[in-house]
Amino acid sequence: MSKISVKKLDIFFGKTHALKNVTLDVSANKVLAAIGPAGSGKTTFLRSLNRLNDLNPDMRYTGKILLDGKNIYDEDVNPVELRRKVGMIFALPIPLPMSICENITYGPKLAGTKNRAELRELVEKSLEDSFLWDEVKDRLDDPAMKLSGGQQQRLCIARTLALKPDVILMDEPCSGLDPISTAKIEEAMTALKKEYTIIIVTNNTKQAARVGDNTAFFLMGELIEYGETGKMFTAPNDKRTEEYISGRFG
Amino acid sequence: MRIDPKVSQRIMVTVLSLATGLALVILFFIIIFILSKGIPVLNWKFLSTFPSKMGKAGGILPTIAGTFILTLVALVFAVPLGVGAAIYLAEYIREGKTTKIVRFGADCLAGIPSIIFGLFGFILFVVILKMGWSILSGGLTLAFMVLPTIIRTSEEAVKSVPYSWREVSLSLGATKWETIRKVVLPNAVPGILTGIILSVGRSIGETAAIIFTAGSSLRLPTSLFDSVRTMSVHFYILSREGISMKNAYGTAAVLVILILAINLAAYWILHRFTKRNT
Amino acid sequence: MKNAKEVVVEKSLMLIAFSAIFMLFLIAVFIFKEGSPLIFKIGLKNFILSAKWSPLEGQFGILAMIIGSLWITAGALVIGVPLGLGCAILLSEFLPRGITAFLKPTIELLAGIPSVVYGFIGVVVLVPFIRERFGGPGLSVLAGSIILGIMILPTIISISIDALQAVPRSYREGSLALGATQWQTISMVTLKAARSGILASIILGMGRAVGETMAVIMVAGNAVKIPNSIFNPARTLTTNIALEMGFATGDHRAALFATGVVLFVIIMILNILANYAFGKRK
Repeated sequence: MSKISVKKLDIFFGKTHALKNVTLDVSANKVLAAIGPAGSGKTTFLRSLNRLNDLNPDMRYTGKILLDGKNIYDEDVNPVELRRKVGMIFALPIPLPMSICENITYGPKLAGTKNRAELRELVEKSLEDSFLWDEVKDRLDDPAMKLSGGQQQRLCIARTLALKPDVILMDEPCSGLDPISTAKIEEAMTALKKEYTIIIVTNNTKQAARVGDNTAFFLMGELIEYGETGKMFTAPNDKRTEEYISGRFG
Repeated sequence: MRIDPKVSQRIMVTVLSLATGLALVILFFIIIFILSKGIPVLNWKFLSTFPSKMGKAGGILPTIAGTFILTLVALVFAVPLGVGAAIYLAEYIREGKTTKIVRFGADCLAGIPSIIFGLFGFILFVVILKMGWSILSGGLTLAFMVLPTIIRTSEEAVKSVPYSWREVSLSLGATKWETIRKVVLPNAVPGILTGIILSVGRSIGETAAIIFTAGSSLRLPTSLFDSVRTMSVHFYILSREGISMKNAYGTAAVLVILILAINLAAYWILHRFTKRNT
Repeated sequence: MKNAKEVVVEKSLMLIAFSAIFMLFLIAVFIFKEGSPLIFKIGLKNFILSAKWSPLEGQFGILAMIIGSLWITAGALVIGVPLGLGCAILLSEFLPRGITAFLKPTIELLAGIPSVVYGFIGVVVLVPFIRERFGGPGLSVLAGSIILGIMILPTIISISIDALQAVPRSYREGSLALGATQWQTISMVTLKAARSGILASIILGMGRAVGETMAVIMVAGNAVKIPNSIFNPARTLTTNIALEMGFATGDHRAALFATGVVLFVIIMILNILANYAFGKRK
């Protein structure tokens, strides 16, 4: 069974029809890369999966998003709990204005974890999983803002891992980073998919080819094509996909 | 005749420098004048004893107490209301007609002369609610007076917290209120504090609104329904009725020093805050 | 599904917000409720166009106070605007940023000095000077104007500097590149681009001058008579209220509230104008 199953999803912001009739299944423990030019709806798609679009009061939707078979837009789903299960990494590294350690314990503490030893262990495990532990283990109480951009983004990943989510959403997580930091994040991603389902939005088609098991191509709010990455990058079905991947527009 | 642009430039720079020099000299003269005449009067006895003969002799102890109590009462009412209203305006309702009207209303009231607040406080608290000339009447009147300032500065402070921090906090499973309490408010505190400190300054310096609501008793108050005299009112009465120029200068110096300290504190807090976040 | 605590918090904040707004609204209501009946009773024309103010005989005309306010405020602008603007232009356009960054907050700090202190300086320094130099009582329109002119300086300087500094650098660079001198650039480009903000600073300064009470009581002489020279004493709307509130009852008190109504309306008009000027800038 697929981890996430999106059925006929339409999203509007006021009069803008941002996402048009999207149907798509995401398999567990795989990386799905969503590509497409700016304004294609890929970020809207991503943000609908943890209901972050709800913050915009003009948002309306139709359709369903099933997570483990349960519609996340059902009345009895608390978006706060949903967001613990579906973590998110933003385009720019945004550490909260606290220490490194507090950034990681922020979510778990709110979720009710009080035990200090448990929190301590969680910090270490999350930082190790995001390949940051060795670089920060001696200065966990330093302000997170003092880290470099690449380190901050890995801290953001660690912070999300500490929630023990099922799914991790990444919204162009490397757009502000240099190639070396990007490589480290991609390395982390490949390691992480053993335990998590990952959906990454990226502007960089090469990155999609490198990390994505499956790729979805969005254009003007529509899902144009969706399939296994290898196949899509060698023999796309749609001419527009081919044009985008080969860099003719976008 | 056409004046050479270079000559007109030189003339204008001279004129502007003179204007600036004059403005600065006048403004600094006021502070230096008050301090140079007032500081010699100041000593511990002046600050810690009761006035005698209506203030002709003795110190200003009850007026210091009166000033602090009135300011405190004003803050107790205005801060929770003002900060609460600011949070609601900034976080819970969308930018639109309501926020615009409220902001405009607050701006207008911030410009309303204090004598109008005095009239209002007199009729509502002193007369209609029968609180008489008292700490409560004066404090509530001051609370109304500083409320717009507190709402506006707090709203600005809350809004200056980056939106992305809120998104991050929500994405980590925080509720809206948890986000406000743990991320937004801690980072808005310096701005909110600055607004509060400026309000304290305004309360301390206020005279017109207080004289008709808190009265001018020189006794130390024992309850919230006692009348008090603030330093500003005392200073006004001393100088206006020519009771004692010496004590008037002394009181003025205390006021000016207090106001300078308060403004410096506000500036320092805001400065530290902006430095930390860049 | 929302959790119950969140709903409680939101509703209580809403309650606080609306009661704060309601309280602010209350002020207007009370001033009008207490003051407007008297205006209706004696007629708006008799109230604002008669200069006869003798409360004991039931005559309530505030023309003298309106003109007093007008004279003193106009005088304050004549003194405060050129000085303040000159200071703002020099600080924003000619002096190095470092000096401006120090002087601006220092000047703003002076806005916090209590008005009684300004009034006191007027009494001990300015009034004797005017009396010796020009004769008359010294307590006069001139003294009031000078003190208020000084008091509005921080407002005008601070807001004008903000307006001038908000003008994009490229405007100035464009003008300078065309061979204009710095002053030509300021007078022809920068001041024009910043004019709404500067106007707003003047209107707000004017609002402060119209509304000031204690400083004016101390230096302006307070005579209920239309002044015919700047060396005459005068009474303003604000001082009229402050001087008589302590002992007024009945219609007399209502007349003071009615004076408050007139003052309130004037200030609201000034606020709306300033708001409009600010809005235009954006």
